Amino acid sequence: MTSPADVLLRVTDLRTHFHLGGEVARAVDGVSFDIHAGETVGMVGESGCGKSVTALSLLRLVDPPGRIEPGSRIEFEGRDLLALDNEGIRRIRGNRIAMVFQEPMTALNPVFSIGDQVAEVARVHAGASRKAAWERAVEMLNLVGIPDPRERAKAYPHQLSGGMRQRVLIAMALVMNPSLLIADEPTTALDVTIQAQILELLASLQQKLGLAVLLITHDLGVVAEVTSRVLVMYGGQVVERAPVRELFANPRHPYTRGLLQAMPRLGDHRDRLAVIPGTVPPPTRWPSGCRFRDRCPYAWERCATEAPPEYPAGNGHGARCHLVDEPARDVALAAPVA
Amino acid sequence: MPDATPSSLAAFADTEPAPTTPGAPGRIAAVLRRDPAATVAAAVLLLIAAAAVFAPWIAPFDPALPLDVEARAQPPSSIHWLGTDPLTRDLLSRILFGARVSLGISFLAVLVATIVGTAWGALAGYVGGWVDRVLMSVVDAGLAIPRILLLLGIVAFWRTLSAPALVVVLGLTGWFGASRLVRAEVQAARRRDFAIAARASGASPARVLVRHVLPHAMTPMLVAATLGVGQVVVIEAGLAFLGYGVAAPAASWGNIIRDGREVLATAWWVSVFPGIALALTVLAINVLGDRLRAALGAPQLPAP
Amino acid sequence: MTTPTVVPGVLADPLLAVRRLTKYFPVQEGLFGRARGQVKAVDGVSLDVGHGETLGVVGESGCGKTTLGRAILRLVEPTSGDIRFDGVDVRALRGRALRTMRRSMQIIFQDPFSSLNPRMTIGATVREGLTVHRIAEGEAADRRVRQLLEEVGLRGEYASRYPHEFSGGQRQRVGIARALAVEPRFIVCDEPVSALDVSVQAQVINLLRDLQRDRGLAYLFIAHDLSVVEHMANRVAVMYLGRIVEFASSEALYREPLMPYTQALLSAVPVPDPVTKRQRIVLAGDVPSPANPPPGCVFHPRCHHPARDAACAAIVPPLEEKAPGHWVACIKQPPTAVPWDVQRQAGATHEPLRHLPVLAPQA
Repeated sequence: MTSPADVLLRVTDLRTHFHLGGEVARAVDGVSFDIHAGETVGMVGESGCGKSVTALSLLRLVDPPGRIEPGSRIEFEGRDLLALDNEGIRRIRGNRIAMVFQEPMTALNPVFSIGDQVAEVARVHAGASRKAAWERAVEMLNLVGIPDPRERAKAYPHQLSGGMRQRVLIAMALVMNPSLLIADEPTTALDVTIQAQILELLASLQQKLGLAVLLITHDLGVVAEVTSRVLVMYGGQVVERAPVRELFANPRHPYTRGLLQAMPRLGDHRDRLAVIPGTVPPPTRWPSGCRFRDRCPYAWERCATEAPPEYPAGNGHGARCHLVDEPARDVALAAPVA
Repeated sequence: MPDATPSSLAAFADTEPAPTTPGAPGRIAAVLRRDPAATVAAAVLLLIAAAAVFAPWIAPFDPALPLDVEARAQPPSSIHWLGTDPLTRDLLSRILFGARVSLGISFLAVLVATIVGTAWGALAGYVGGWVDRVLMSVVDAGLAIPRILLLLGIVAFWRTLSAPALVVVLGLTGWFGASRLVRAEVQAARRRDFAIAARASGASPARVLVRHVLPHAMTPMLVAATLGVGQVVVIEAGLAFLGYGVAAPAASWGNIIRDGREVLATAWWVSVFPGIALALTVLAINVLGDRLRAALGAPQLPAP
Repeated sequence: MTTPTVVPGVLADPLLAVRRLTKYFPVQEGLFGRARGQVKAVDGVSLDVGHGETLGVVGESGCGKTTLGRAILRLVEPTSGDIRFDGVDVRALRGRALRTMRRSMQIIFQDPFSSLNPRMTIGATVREGLTVHRIAEGEAADRRVRQLLEEVGLRGEYASRYPHEFSGGQRQRVGIARALAVEPRFIVCDEPVSALDVSVQAQVINLLRDLQRDRGLAYLFIAHDLSVVEHMANRVAVMYLGRIVEFASSEALYREPLMPYTQALLSAVPVPDPVTKRQRIVLAGDVPSPANPPPGCVFHPRCHHPARDAACAAIVPPLEEKAPGHWVACIKQPPTAVPWDVQRQAGATHEPLRHLPVLAPQA
């Protein structure tokens, strides 16, 4: 359905490690994925799975002791981002690839009006005049659904609600017409009715602007509602990837299954929730073999000795799990409801 | 369903907690190891403190005893390493004994100030309401008057003071800043969930304050007190220089500097050497206090 | 004029009975901090909690649910109202008597990082209640602490460790052990799982349910996550700007929410099912400031009910029992005790009308 020419971003074997005096935290450890122009890809996982570090790595925003290891490749619009000099990557950031973060409170500067802050992006990247930049800011605030944008542009961040601030951040991200927007937990800090507004806005902007979105979240509900393809992360790796319907209908990795069963859902009257036992190990001490094995109800000897590659499972579906290779072992397990 | 309680635990049970990171004492030690400036400052202070403590054993002469007339205001020599003063007393011995007075008075005065300031600020911050307003207006008034004027106003009644009296006077004029600091920390800590949890467990207000709130004010207080000693050393020297120091023949560095001011042109060493001791001490204290603040993440201090 | 106290879901023998509870915070403005009006964080809330039941309280930030929980425990002093726990007038208690009462009423917090004193070992934290109430001392207390830690799924020997050594889920378990130490009968759970990852969240939810079953605990379960509340609660109160706007059994509330706000709230929950697409009600605008709530129905500026009209801005809707055990504050959702005449005098143009948009798919 997509030709190679459509590939906007191609990440190959991305490894971002943190060198902490003696120990190495392998926060991102061999992540590969493509994003095509105009599509919304969800990246889902729990804290410590490496999803945020992946996002920062794409823009080379990882600070020491973090380091993108040699051998990693990030190609964007045909350019090798890891080969660019500092000036080159600055021209990509906020211009071709923009980013929206979780915390709308701290991401805005409290001493400048929101109009100034949106206009600043246009001045830095496009060298726009003060007046043209301001006009562009008003236009962007209008685009993200801020009522009465010409007046509200003069407001300061503390005068806005959390949802409005998140809209301002999205406006700032979109000033330069980027082709890719990375949204890292953009609605996590917001109330559910406001979250619905922001998700709706993201979807409509994506349609209107032909924008590709990498949506990073811990919430499978959000993933189901707005993305077309999903990457499930665990232990610094993509453990499962699939088109969204396929993933929810037929999850192949035990971790994905565990997440889906552990969620309380509306209208679900189970007495007890299924749990994934244990917690995520620290990134300095991933288990040998499969990184999920000590929490996995299926694990057998092979999982300890042999790290699973990503096995293709058809229909653009793939999972880093030996079960795909040995389907005979993939018997229905009574969900652990401990 | 089988008894699920044990299984819900088994599900979780065993992830080993992460290794310990050091507490405040460990972090202080780490600062001293890593930061050469802090190491030097700590060494200098240790040396000066040792000199003060062991002055009676290491001083070559009696600091109060005038020597023979020949020895009046002599320059440094092999007998009198730092020379003698106009009253023919050995300057090195006087500086060593002066260190006891200067540092002793300053340290104790800061201790008094810290205790008073902590109690005052803790009460204001924890009780709040009108108690807070009354207590803090006293602090505001105290901070509105320059400390040196306050001190001169008080000591003018006595002209010279005994060392304990000086400690009390310096302590009682120096706690205003500390009380503000403690009040701010207490107000922040008492709103934190663990302090609320302690109240919800039925702990008495005193218990909550002592166990859950005050310990969180201790780190910034330690830094403030360290820097406070540096300030008080200077203030005490200033008072002594103006003639309001400890009564003779005891002497602080300020007294000794004052002794030399008449003969500065002919016998510079009388003022310069105690001046160097004073400057070195204050510099070392300030460097150390500043590095500790950076390392312990204590807030910037309010005006003393 | 005094309005009669409406108590949704009144119980014959409640463990906790709250009547007309209010908590107003003064709003200070200007250089000299003069009080300029007040924020009605909790504005006349009445409810009963039964023995061993879970009453869910849902609402978005600023709706007053956290303040309600803390006011019931008198961790913030209520402005007015009545709280009876097992027949005892909690608001009349002072000093030692209040502290003794706290044995029976505990709280679990949202943030597992600020809820434990970083300078105390987790053993000392759990032990504090034992010491304060002289439940156990010395070695007996040590044994009890280990036992409590094991009960919440931690190893007994962790007692000597400090909070920073633990993960969020483990800390939350310590917080639960602390609450259990004094053997309470009622626990305010203030967003106990919303800071946790999904897999850990399920562990803690199951633990809370086990403890409830084994010890007969009653919970006031405060959360913004509607699916978690549905899973935990027997009955649910929906709060908006300091008031209860809907109250029903969990089953009825989720099957047929009547208050337009609840409908919107439910429809906004992202459902982990990419196939079923539902009608979503996207509310316009933000929650108004509780310092300056709208007149009439506090929800009317954002309301999507087709019969919404000028009367909604003029009449404060009473909490009415619209179906057995189902209480709703809306004059446009029939039946209503606010007569059409009165509504028309207030500018109504639309008669009340049953509005039930299709919401969450039911399993």
